[in-house]
Amino acid sequence: MALGVSKKEKIDGLAETAGVSLAASAWKRLKRSPVFLIGATIIGIFVVLSILSPWLAPQDPSVPMLIDQVVKARNEIPPPQPGHLLGGDLQGRDFFSRLLVGSQQTLIVGVGATIIGLTGGLILGTLAGALGGWVDSVVMRIVDVMLSLPSLLLAFSIAAMFARPSQFTVILAVSIVQIPVFARLLRGSMLAQRHSDHVLAATALGVKKGAIVFRHMLPNSLSPVIVQSTLVLATAIIEAAALSFLGLGNPDDRLPEWGQMLGDVQNVFDTHPHLAAWPAICIIIVALGFTLMGETLREALDPKNRR
Amino acid sequence: MALLEVRDLSVVFQRKGEAPFHAVDGVSFDVEPGQTVGLVGESGCGKSVTSLAIMGLLPKRGAKVTGSVTYDGTDLLKLSDKQMRDKRGSELGMVFQDPLSSLNPVVPIGLQVTEVLERHRGLARKEAMIEAKDLLDKVGIPDPNRRLKEYPHQLSGGMRQRALIAIALACRPKLLIADEPTTALDVTIQAQILSLMKELVQDLGTALVMITHDLGVVAGLCDEVNVLYGGKVVEKAMRHRLFAEPRHPYTHGLLASIPRLDAPRGEKLTPIKGSVADNIPWTSACAFAPRCPNALDVCRSVTPAEEDQLGRLLRCHNPVVPGTPAAEEVPV
Amino acid sequence: MLRYTIRRLVQLVGVVLVLSMLLFAWLRLLPGGPVSALLGERATPESREALTKQLGLDQPIFVQYFKFLGRAATGDFGVSTGVQPGDSALEIFLQRFPATIELSFFAILIAIAVGVPLGYLAAKRRGGWFDNLSVIGSLIGVAVPVFFLAYLLKDVASSALGLPSQGRQDAIDATRVTGFFTLDGLITGEIDATLNALEHLILPAIALATIPFAVIFRITRAAVLDVLDEDFVRTAESKGLTAPVIRRRHVLRNAMLPVVTTIGLQTGALLSGAVLTEKVFSFAGVGQALAIGFERRDYPVLLLLIIMATIVYVVVNLLVDLSYALIDPRIRTR
Repeated sequence: MALGVSKKEKIDGLAETAGVSLAASAWKRLKRSPVFLIGATIIGIFVVLSILSPWLAPQDPSVPMLIDQVVKARNEIPPPQPGHLLGGDLQGRDFFSRLLVGSQQTLIVGVGATIIGLTGGLILGTLAGALGGWVDSVVMRIVDVMLSLPSLLLAFSIAAMFARPSQFTVILAVSIVQIPVFARLLRGSMLAQRHSDHVLAATALGVKKGAIVFRHMLPNSLSPVIVQSTLVLATAIIEAAALSFLGLGNPDDRLPEWGQMLGDVQNVFDTHPHLAAWPAICIIIVALGFTLMGETLREALDPKNRR
Repeated sequence: MALLEVRDLSVVFQRKGEAPFHAVDGVSFDVEPGQTVGLVGESGCGKSVTSLAIMGLLPKRGAKVTGSVTYDGTDLLKLSDKQMRDKRGSELGMVFQDPLSSLNPVVPIGLQVTEVLERHRGLARKEAMIEAKDLLDKVGIPDPNRRLKEYPHQLSGGMRQRALIAIALACRPKLLIADEPTTALDVTIQAQILSLMKELVQDLGTALVMITHDLGVVAGLCDEVNVLYGGKVVEKAMRHRLFAEPRHPYTHGLLASIPRLDAPRGEKLTPIKGSVADNIPWTSACAFAPRCPNALDVCRSVTPAEEDQLGRLLRCHNPVVPGTPAAEEVPV
Repeated sequence: MLRYTIRRLVQLVGVVLVLSMLLFAWLRLLPGGPVSALLGERATPESREALTKQLGLDQPIFVQYFKFLGRAATGDFGVSTGVQPGDSALEIFLQRFPATIELSFFAILIAIAVGVPLGYLAAKRRGGWFDNLSVIGSLIGVAVPVFFLAYLLKDVASSALGLPSQGRQDAIDATRVTGFFTLDGLITGEIDATLNALEHLILPAIALATIPFAVIFRITRAAVLDVLDEDFVRTAESKGLTAPVIRRRHVLRNAMLPVVTTIGLQTGALLSGAVLTEKVFSFAGVGQALAIGFERRDYPVLLLLIIMATIVYVVVNLLVDLSYALIDPRIRTR
C-alpha cells in the first residue's frame, strides 16, 4: 500500500478493524443502530400478532354479528360498544377483530409475493449470470420487456388478467413485477464475480462449475438480494392495497387483509374515515418497519460503509 | 518573525461512541519566507491532517483543533469562516495528492483556474481567461488555449498536476502547501513536477511546506525537515544534517529502507519492522517503541521529551549513535 | 450517440411488438373476453355467436393479431366498451393524454423543487436532527398508499384550503386549443381558465408527487454526500471560493447526474400513480381511463393505453439517457 492516504481514509477509516467479516461487522453495527432496532421491533410485533391473531381476536371477524345496527339508507354503521372496541364495519362485523386478523393475511401477501418474486428472480438471475452466452441474452430480453413497463402498471395489468381474482392472483400480480428486479440484481453481482479473483482461483483449482456457482458466487451475491427482499415486503403490501382500490383485489373478504380493507371502503372515506384510517395506519407502520430494516441493512452491508 | 509559526498544534478526531483519536499531537514548526520545510512520515503519522488544519479544511464537526497557527502575525485558527475563505487561495495555496480526483470532472480546466482569480482578484471572466492561459503556459502545459476548454479526464496525469499547481499559485500566495504532490504520478513525471515546483517557488519567493513520505523528495527540495511519527515531531533538523546523521531510530530506519543504486549487489534492504497499526499512544510511552530496534524499558513506560541538541530537535530516550549502520538486516 | 439512439429505438419497437402480442393474446384468451364484456353474462348463445363472427373472434389468434396490427397502423385500435362506450380507443387516448402530461409535469416539478434542496440540506447536515427527520419523513412518504394520501388531501385539505377536489376545470366557458388547460388559457388570453385549471391541479399533483419526491430526495442526499467527500470539493475549499459557488458549481453540478437518471425512472411511478390519483380526483386523464378500464375490463382501451404508457416510459428514459450524455462531459467528449 502506498504510504499516502486520501482524506476519506484518514478521516473515516482511522480505526479500521482488519479481518472482520462483512456479515459480522454489519451485524455489529445493526445492533447499535436505533433505526434498525425500531424497524425490527415493529416487524417483530407484527409477525407475532399475525400468528396469534386468530386467538387474540375478541370476535369472529367474518360473522356479521352487528348487522342489525347497519342502516344503509342513513349510512349508519355500528359505533364502538362493549365487546366491540372500534364498532362494526359496513357489513356489521367487528372492526377491531378484523383489523387484528387482517395482519395475518397481510403478512401472507407480503411474504408470499417476496418468495415468488425472489424464487423467480433467483432462477433467472442465476441462470443468466452463471451461464452467460445466449441464456443470458434471452433472460435479459425478457427482463427488459418486463422492465419497460412501469412496475405498478404491470402489476395492475397482470391482476386484470385473471377473470376470478383471489388472494393468490393478488400475490402473483405484485410478485411477478419483482422477478426482473431480483434477476437483474443477481445477474449483475454474479457477472461481476465471474471475473473476480476468488472465482478464478476456484476455477483454477478445478472446482466444478456447479459448486462454484452455489458455494462461491451465490452466497456472495446475497446481500443486495436480502436488502431488496426486505423492501419488497413493504411494497407488496402497499401495492396489494392499490389493487383492491382498483377493484382488482381479492373479492372474498371473510378473512380480511389490510390493503383490501382499505381499498374496499373507498366510497365511504368521507362519511366513515376511521374505516380507512385504521388499516392505512397499520399498513404505513408495517411498511415503514420493513423499509427501516431494509435501508439500515443496505447501509450495513455496503462494503463502502465498513469501519 | 517567521511567515508561518505552528505552535503546539493538536487535532483530535472524536466520533460518537468511539474513543477520541489524536491525529496530531502538539506539533510545532516555523516556515520562513521563501523557505521550504518538509513534513515526513508514513501514512497516518498526522502530516496531512496538519496541513488541513493549517488551511482550515478539517470538518467543523468531529475534529477538534487546538494550539496556534500564526500566519503573518494572525492566528488562523481564530479567524472566522469568511476571513479564512479570503486567505485560502489568495495567500495560502494548496496542491493535493491525486490530481484526477482533485479536479472537478464536470467543469472545464479554464473555469477551475479562473474562478480563483475572479474570487480573489476581482477579475472579469475574460481577463481571468487571459491570465489563466499565461498560468498554464508558465507551468509548462503546451497548447494552453485548447487545454482551457478541456475537462480533467482529457489531460494526462502530469498535466493535471501542473494545472493544480497553476490553480494554487494563481494569486501568488506567500505560502504553498503541497500534500504528496507526486505520489500519484509516474516516476519520470514526478521529477518534472518537483523541478517545476522548485523553480516556481524560487521565482515567486513562495514559502513551501512539502508533505511527503518520500525522502527522495525531501533530499531534492527541503531546507528543513520535520519527521513525524504518531502525530508528534520526533526529529527536526536542517536537511543536510538529518541525512548525514539521523539520530532518531525512526529517521534512521526510513533512510536505511531506501534502496540505493550504489549499494553492493545482493545487499539486503532494511525495512522498519511492523506498521503504523502497531502504534501505541504517546501518553506513557514512546509510540515508536514496539517497532524500535533501540527500544529500552524506559521507552515503554515514559514519554520521551523533546530535546534541543544544537539546532536539532529530538524526541528519543535512546538515539542512534552517529555512524551506526542499519540496525538489523531482515530479508525482504 | 446516434447509433445508441437508433439501437434503443429499435429495441423499443421490439418491446412494443412483444408487449402488444402478449396483451392481445391475453385479451382474446380471457374467459368471456370482449363478447361477454360487450353483451354481459346473460346474453343468448345466438347473439354471442353473431358478435363473435362480427368481431372476427372465430379466426385463429395469430390471424386476429395481424388484422389488429393492420387496423392499428391506420389508427384503429377498436372501440371502447367501458370507459366511454362507443368512442374509439385512440380518441379516448388523445383526449386524455394532455391531462395526464399536465398532471405529471406539475407533480415532478413539485418533487424536484422540494426534493433537491431538501436532499442537499439533509446531506450538508448529515446526522443532525434535520437530516434524520427528513429521511424518516421520506420513508413514511413511500410507506403511505398513494390513493389514501390522495383521499386525505381531497377530503381534508381541499375544504381547509378551499381548493377544488374534482375534475380538471370548473364548468367555465373556456376555449380549447391544445388540450392542455393551463396552456390554453395563456394562448387565448383567458387567464381565469388557466388559474382555474391550476387550482384543480394542485392537490392531485401533490398526491402524485409524494413518491417521486421521496426518491429524488434520497438520491440527492446520497449523491451530495458522495460528492462532499470528493477531493475536488476540498480543492474548491482550498481556493477560498464562496459557499454558493462551491455549492452550485462543484457540489450540485456533480450530484445532479444521478438525480437526472432517477427523474427519468420516476416517470414510471408517475404513470402508475396517475391511475390511482386521477381516480380519486375524478381527473379525466389517461390514468382515470385505465382505472375505469381495469374495473370494467375495457380491453381495447387498456391495450392501447398500456402500450402508450410503455412507449412514453421508454422514450422519456431514452431522452434522459441522452441528456445525461450532454451534461456529463466525460461521456460527451469520449
